[in-house]
Amino acid sequence: MTGPTPGPATPVRREPGEPGKSREPEVTAPQGLLDEDRPAETARPGPEHSGHTAPAREDRPWIGASVGRREDPRLLSGNGQFTDDIDLPGMLHAQFVRSTVAHARITALDLTAVRQVPGVVAAFDAQDLSLADITARLGRPLTEFVPTGMPVLAREKVRYAGEPLAIVVARDAYAAEDGVEAARVGYDSLPPVVSEEQALAPDAPLVHDEASANTLLDVSMFATEGIDGTFDEAPCVVHVETRTGRQNALPLETRGVVAGWDHREEQLVLRTSTQVPHQVRTTAARCLGLDERAVRVVVPDMGGGFGQKCVVGREEIAAGAAAIRLGRPVKWIEDRKDALTAAFLAREQHYDVRAAFDAEGHILGLDAAVVCDMGAYSCYPFTAGIEPLMASAEMPGVYKVPAYRVRARAVTTNKAPTAPYRGVSRPQYVMVMERLFERAARELKLEPTEIRRRNLITQFPYTGVNNVTYDPGSYLESLNLCESVLKEEGWYAAKETAAAQGRHLGIGYSCFSERTGYGSAAFAQRKMEVVPGFDISEVRMDTSGALVVTTGTMSHGQSHETTLAQIAADELGLDIGKVRIHQGDTDRITYGWGTFASRSVAIGGSAVRLAAGKLGEKLIAIAASVLEVPPDELELGPGLVRRPADGRTVSYEELADIAYLKSHLLPKDTEPGLTATASFDVLNDGTFSNATHGVVVELHEGTGQVEILRYVCVEDCGVAINPKVVEGQTRGGIAQGIAGALFEQVTYDEQGAPSAVSFMEYKVPTALEIPEVSIHHLETPCAFTETGAKGVGEGGTIGAPGAVLNAVNDALLPTGVELDDTPVTPQTVAAALEHTS
Amino acid sequence: MKPAAFTYHRARDVEGAARLLAELGDDAKVIAGGQSLVAMMNFRLARPAHLVDIGGLSGLDGLRTDAGGALHIGALTTHHAVETAPPEVLGAGFAVLRDAMRWVGHLPIRTRGTVGGSLAHGDATAEWCLLAVLLDAELVARGPDGERRIPAAEFFHGYYTTALEPEEILVEVVFPRPAPYAALTEFAERRGDFATVSAAVDLEPADGPEGAEDSGREGEPELVGGGGRFRAARVALGGVAALPVRVPEAEEALVQGGPYGPELYAQVAAVAAESVDPPSDANGSAHYRRTLIRTLVAHACEEAMSR
Amino acid sequence: MTDDVSTPEHPVRQQQLISLHVNGEAHELLTEPRRTLVDVLRHDLRLTGTHVGCEHGICGACTVLLDGAPVRACLMFAAQAEGSEIRTVESLADGGGLGDLQRAFSEHHGLQCGFCTPGFLMLAEGFLAERPEASKEEIREVVASNLCRCTGYQTIVEAIDDCAARRRAALRARVEGTAHQDENTSETVPPRAACEEVPCGSTTRSR
Repeated sequence: MTGPTPGPATPVRREPGEPGKSREPEVTAPQGLLDEDRPAETARPGPEHSGHTAPAREDRPWIGASVGRREDPRLLSGNGQFTDDIDLPGMLHAQFVRSTVAHARITALDLTAVRQVPGVVAAFDAQDLSLADITARLGRPLTEFVPTGMPVLAREKVRYAGEPLAIVVARDAYAAEDGVEAARVGYDSLPPVVSEEQALAPDAPLVHDEASANTLLDVSMFATEGIDGTFDEAPCVVHVETRTGRQNALPLETRGVVAGWDHREEQLVLRTSTQVPHQVRTTAARCLGLDERAVRVVVPDMGGGFGQKCVVGREEIAAGAAAIRLGRPVKWIEDRKDALTAAFLAREQHYDVRAAFDAEGHILGLDAAVVCDMGAYSCYPFTAGIEPLMASAEMPGVYKVPAYRVRARAVTTNKAPTAPYRGVSRPQYVMVMERLFERAARELKLEPTEIRRRNLITQFPYTGVNNVTYDPGSYLESLNLCESVLKEEGWYAAKETAAAQGRHLGIGYSCFSERTGYGSAAFAQRKMEVVPGFDISEVRMDTSGALVVTTGTMSHGQSHETTLAQIAADELGLDIGKVRIHQGDTDRITYGWGTFASRSVAIGGSAVRLAAGKLGEKLIAIAASVLEVPPDELELGPGLVRRPADGRTVSYEELADIAYLKSHLLPKDTEPGLTATASFDVLNDGTFSNATHGVVVELHEGTGQVEILRYVCVEDCGVAINPKVVEGQTRGGIAQGIAGALFEQVTYDEQGAPSAVSFMEYKVPTALEIPEVSIHHLETPCAFTETGAKGVGEGGTIGAPGAVLNAVNDALLPTGVELDDTPVTPQTVAAALEHTS
Repeated sequence: MKPAAFTYHRARDVEGAARLLAELGDDAKVIAGGQSLVAMMNFRLARPAHLVDIGGLSGLDGLRTDAGGALHIGALTTHHAVETAPPEVLGAGFAVLRDAMRWVGHLPIRTRGTVGGSLAHGDATAEWCLLAVLLDAELVARGPDGERRIPAAEFFHGYYTTALEPEEILVEVVFPRPAPYAALTEFAERRGDFATVSAAVDLEPADGPEGAEDSGREGEPELVGGGGRFRAARVALGGVAALPVRVPEAEEALVQGGPYGPELYAQVAAVAAESVDPPSDANGSAHYRRTLIRTLVAHACEEAMSR
Repeated sequence: MTDDVSTPEHPVRQQQLISLHVNGEAHELLTEPRRTLVDVLRHDLRLTGTHVGCEHGICGACTVLLDGAPVRACLMFAAQAEGSEIRTVESLADGGGLGDLQRAFSEHHGLQCGFCTPGFLMLAEGFLAERPEASKEEIREVVASNLCRCTGYQTIVEAIDDCAARRRAALRARVEGTAHQDENTSETVPPRAACEEVPCGSTTRSR
């Protein structure tokens, strides 16, 4: 491991003339980074990006500025340190013997030949390691939820092709794979359950004996009184049935771990690529029977996660156990074949939803049935309830739905298990809602945007039929702006012209809000037994006046080292170059919930601000004693405490000098040192970011190709801490949403063999498939996060499938064919277009 | 995804490599650019005990036009070298080869992958295989007993199988005559992937240039639109069978039909679609492949005639 | 039923001595022939900036330059790279600071998690050396060679396009500056940026 590189900072002002512009970073950036010839205008080009974001304020120069990322220099120069970059003395390499069948009793598992393969050091099966199962639970009765154990290594039975049976440890990764090939496994085949229909069939074989009807979760909720009457009497009832393809979140860095026993600390150190270091620690300790302090989880640089790494993986626990047994570090890096077939998947859902409307297009009721195919196991800590519970709790979305009924189920099948994936059910139910509105608009002969306008929530706070209270957003404004952009750009006219030429252009929208900053209250409502929510932040200023901020969030591409530093720098009036963010070490922070569900800036960022604020109070208290004035006459920054009345100042360095090196000068009752800790939780329903996506597509007759001609996103995530980062999250999210709508899918054959074993079959789109995206910002600050920020990590992914599908169906209007399943492939579109004439 | 162990042999010359291959038998594989083979080895779908690396051999790369107007491409020539070959090197009338290269994977595959490797691998949707069949190429193979020339029509035997003997090495492909009105086009869901269907045509307009000696387009008069007919035509498809196939029915329709223009191309494309029996698989149903054939053959004709 | 993977006879794991030229340095190492170039770069030479994303040539995270041309380091055995000049991301920074291409990626937010980034940098470095005048559409087509899961590609295309434009401008400035210098016979030093940002196909290849 190499030492840390000095962190350069690159503040970039959005407005060259803004206050605070003179504040250059105090650290010395490596030569070449702070180039003189950088244009005054930064990378927010074009009038379409001019946006509505409030300019940076004088007292908070960093928040709202597109500060250059602190992460970039090391990642751009090959100095990032990802899990597979770690090399420890004596380190061994692991791979797993995996089931080649989907459903079977294990009759034999013989590792004798494995252990004889040259280079193989050891091989362990479930019996050898005897580890406790990973079991995720909900606080619900057995009629609603059935907990099922996930063994770290399969015992007795295998439940999907790819399930780990044994760990092989060898001198290098090549020998480990030689070893895996030498394993002898005997199977007594059972009929595989490979679809929701099969799972729910009356005589279906059981994946887990304890889960009758292969149902892990079955909840019926809300059932507004009189809803059946509403549907009976409504002048317009529309129906959407949709099935969405099973996807892989597909971080480009696969999962991986380097496990080693630290004899001095008597501690297992798991260096692992995870979004949730503390949950991995808790689980590893339980599986291994260790005190939790005897496990330390350290997270290196992460090559993405998108949810696949926000659950605890069995392989990281097995590698830990092997490392303890062998007394040597063990590295496991998942290869791409395993990442595609055996890692956590997501998103395979079936919706059957009706909506009732009055003659003017006002929605009267929503009646939904949702079945999610969660695969072979419940993931920890979220459980197999994650997708159906998200869908049922939030489906009404941005619309004023007066009556609602939903039944949501999770079924278990002989497929790779699932984990939350960016957006969790929201890409699907938003798509369903947006399809319902489009369909009702057609029936009622309304403009698709007009019917939405009649139903969007405009008065806030709004408590919905789903018992969720929505904080203020710009639902209507974002739709209006998005529509006007497409109109002004001439796309409506272009569509008419194209139609006259026999071409197929379509325009589609999706309107949605995204709950971000789920606190413990929201998760408790889902009845999780492990209830995420709060986050803790500790700030520590050293004798040089530099600040280290430790948080429980876990950046894996989201730029926390920059955005959280912006928050701390503003709070203390520090140059951002003086702030260092530290994450991903369970020994350095009491507990944390990591990064998922767009929570980090909303919750983690609030904790950072609170902790920095506490430290600020201490700095003022010491300064008050030095200057012999009351604290309320003093204020912070830049880099000092100041008394406005007479202009006297004390620098942070001087205060730190007293706090650490001359503590005898500290005021009475003031503890030495400059540290502060704060936690933050959201005790209401959370805060909702919102957006409207507008898409123009052309369908090509003869190939069925869907070409995206224009993509406009109007988003509102409250205060954007760093607009460039917000745009990056949005664009990347949209790319993943388009991927789900048009390209990516894992299917299983009758035997339960997955279709995608390589990138030849799993079609991650490239730069030629993903269009440019224009982003417009609106800003409705959140009233209860400390910075006014809402989360932004998932919105792009949530909005894209609905907008794309609506645009495709708009183009298909003359054919009378409607496509509601994803991915929409060229073959499907070509078949639909055959109905043209 | 680490390959199984093998013994690595670096060839000093073609003859030595051929002798070594004869000695090692079925356990040996030739590697040049390795852009298909290494991927298969990483998946352990291929596990040769011996690899004979011919990548460093000199004299097997480059393009050369002979006195008769034929283009000789050395087996070790990379796709990218063809893609960037200046017109004077590529030879007049072979722009179709250069233009087809953009369909071969992506740049980092084209810089390493070789023409000979692609042909010897024999993928049914590979561009070089299709071009060889379309343009009546001859493949020159050298073995311990000397050299032989194999017509493309006899070279491809089915999925990943060719007429090459285990101890033979492909050293050159010869395109016998210029094809100034030829084009290749294809469709894959995602650019850069192997095509679901690929189509290539080689047309000889009756009012176009005749004979190899005067085949370059430069300085040629514009073809008179409409009224023109083809005196000969070749149509080939990839992705519709275990090997690239010529479609005589479509070729016949091109020569018999006329005048040339979009209407004829659409008719011919329809004939092509009905004349083959494409498979149904994960990449597309037979019906969809026929749809693609109708589109791609017409596009290829138009592209060829717009040269 | 038995999962009867026939035991392949494990051939003797022989080692071979190979020499590699990487980033201007010569290395000799004893290695198994089956080790891919990317594994040797990362684990034997400890140049971990080059990443492994798929090991079948599609994602491009392992893209390095081989004699100046971008190639997949997962689709080569290290032994095949003998005699060639290899460049990895570690060679891009000049004088300890980031190079112009790297800076452009940062300015345009062309990276998030950064895992695919070294592959894109080497892809672009090799491509621009050959096609300094590439259009944005050509750049987009080349960017499609590699996979990125974070950015949606737009900012990667913009970064490379911007870098190419600046290199062209710097070259023009240098040409004009040189002309100017000739006229005045003064000791005008060309702008520093121009020295660093000259597109240098041949130099790049031989570095």
